[in-house]
Amino acid sequence: MFTKSRLIWLGLFALLALFPLVVTTPTWTSIIMFALLYMAITTSWNMFSGYSGYVALGAACFFGTGAYTAALLAKHWNVPASGDLFWLIPLAGIMAMAVALPIGLIALRVRRHTFVVITIAIFFVFQLSAINASFTGGTSGLQLPFLPWGFQDFNVPFYYLAFAMVVVATLLSAWVRQTRFGLQLMAIRDDEDRALGLGVRVWAVKLSGFVMSAFIIGCAGALYAIYQGQIYPQFVFNPLFDISVALMAFLGGFGTLAGPLLGAFVLETLQLWLTENYSSGSLYLIIFGALFLLVIIFMPQGVVVYVKDRVTKREDRERSLIADNEAQIAGAPQ
Amino acid sequence: MSFLLEAKGISRAFGGVQALNDCSLHVEKGSIAGLIGPNGSGKTTLFNVITGYVRPDQGLVNFAGEDVTNARPDEIFSKGVGRTFQLTRIFGRMSVLENMLVATQRDESWLKGLTRSMSSASEVDAAMDMLEFVGIAKLAKLQAGSLSYGQRKLLELAYVLIANPEVILLDEPAGGVNLTLINEIASKIRLLNKEQKKTFLIVEHNMEFVMNLCDSVTVVNQGHTLMSGTPVEVRADKRVLDAYLGGGEEEEN
Repeated sequence: MFTKSRLIWLGLFALLALFPLVVTTPTWTSIIMFALLYMAITTSWNMFSGYSGYVALGAACFFGTGAYTAALLAKHWNVPASGDLFWLIPLAGIMAMAVALPIGLIALRVRRHTFVVITIAIFFVFQLSAINASFTGGTSGLQLPFLPWGFQDFNVPFYYLAFAMVVVATLLSAWVRQTRFGLQLMAIRDDEDRALGLGVRVWAVKLSGFVMSAFIIGCAGALYAIYQGQIYPQFVFNPLFDISVALMAFLGGFGTLAGPLLGAFVLETLQLWLTENYSSGSLYLIIFGALFLLVIIFMPQGVVVYVKDRVTKREDRERSLIADNEAQIAGAPQ
Repeated sequence: MSFLLEAKGISRAFGGVQALNDCSLHVEKGSIAGLIGPNGSGKTTLFNVITGYVRPDQGLVNFAGEDVTNARPDEIFSKGVGRTFQLTRIFGRMSVLENMLVATQRDESWLKGLTRSMSSASEVDAAMDMLEFVGIAKLAKLQAGSLSYGQRKLLELAYVLIANPEVILLDEPAGGVNLTLINEIASKIRLLNKEQKKTFLIVEHNMEFVMNLCDSVTVVNQGHTLMSGTPVEVRADKRVLDAYLGGGEEEEN
């Protein structure tokens, strides 16, 4: 039950849970809150894109949909400026899933590069609609009820909601990984046509994975909207968001469980810390670019896989076993 | 006489290339059938049509008395037609055992996959038995992508077998593997045919392999069925020799 790796997981999550009790500076609780938000988003994104190999650059569609759903519902239902606003979060997640369904029906018909391009195109449809439609408030965005909470503790409920999202996303991702469904997603990643020829219902598997991954991202968008109190189309439908999420997953380890968590935590914390301390909004882009190049060149499968392979000496072990077996089935030394 | 698998009058063009032109083939239940022909004669295309990867322009495919002409690959697999590919296709970044598990259920709804675990104990046992049968059980935990070419062939054979299909289509099972392994694969096929009454349809360029193993052989040339018969008949037929060596008739066309 309590294997070594599970204890490490529990320990790290406990640290994150205790963080706002130890560090109460609003600057830092806000930074880690955003890191948690990105950890949840990236993990959820990875649950489809990482496992299936379908790199979707349209996570912002779901994030923005979640944010606008929360803002519009708060406005039309006259939700008071209190903790009641948080009930909108799961509704925003469901709305993101509803939006993911038609997107998936269109985009999942194509593969690889074409899929990436189609998801980007769909993203811009969303951004432009948010800017131009009348019910979204156009470029001036939408206001949400302003929460009259004290400055010192303002971040805490948001922090724990984001933390809960990380826990849910991680459990969901871990669970998918050990179901038959997850196995089928990974088979699709490696060779979709072969999987089809082994009885995998690739279309249904892909679509349900895509829709499932939208839920947490929509929830995160709603939390962001409530936290900011004001949303603008260019910030909730942000192309940099799409790319950040993919970069975070690639940096940590695309298709792994721990990778997206690590990548999102490191990159988001680093970015906010740099912005905070050097007040240069774009310094992080240069650092990220360099970091990303290094990772792609030296550990293309991401930090987590690289370290794990080194620790377990995977290649050496495999090579000798394979050579042994080769000699055995071929009946001749190689 | 009833045929387990039958393709009748299949035609298929890719652009201006007529890959198959009124091509027919039948496989008797419980037999090992061979499919031979020169390079580019349409053997693999015929495989793709039978297994649903390519739709024919014309013609019918029957399996166990049922019309499966326009069925999808997953549907055809669930009915009991398994196949391997000419260039072996395995799931490279999954473990050998996971590769096996993908195929364990021939007909399971996708919704059930969401709620059940990756494998049951009995599925793992069956998978390990099958890996043992082909001789790569010790490699079960390794990444499939690191296997050698011959081991990949064995793995592909194993995971097609695990779903217990009635007929198995093998696309060049002996291509690119050494002699010992060729004999090994031939003896496995014979064993499965004899003991489990599995039906095989085999595309192969290695004539010795085909002639020793198969009960009947179909020859295709330029997308058209040239003849079919026992290995002895095929060997004696002048048209077959012409097709392979480029005889008079073809040159005059």
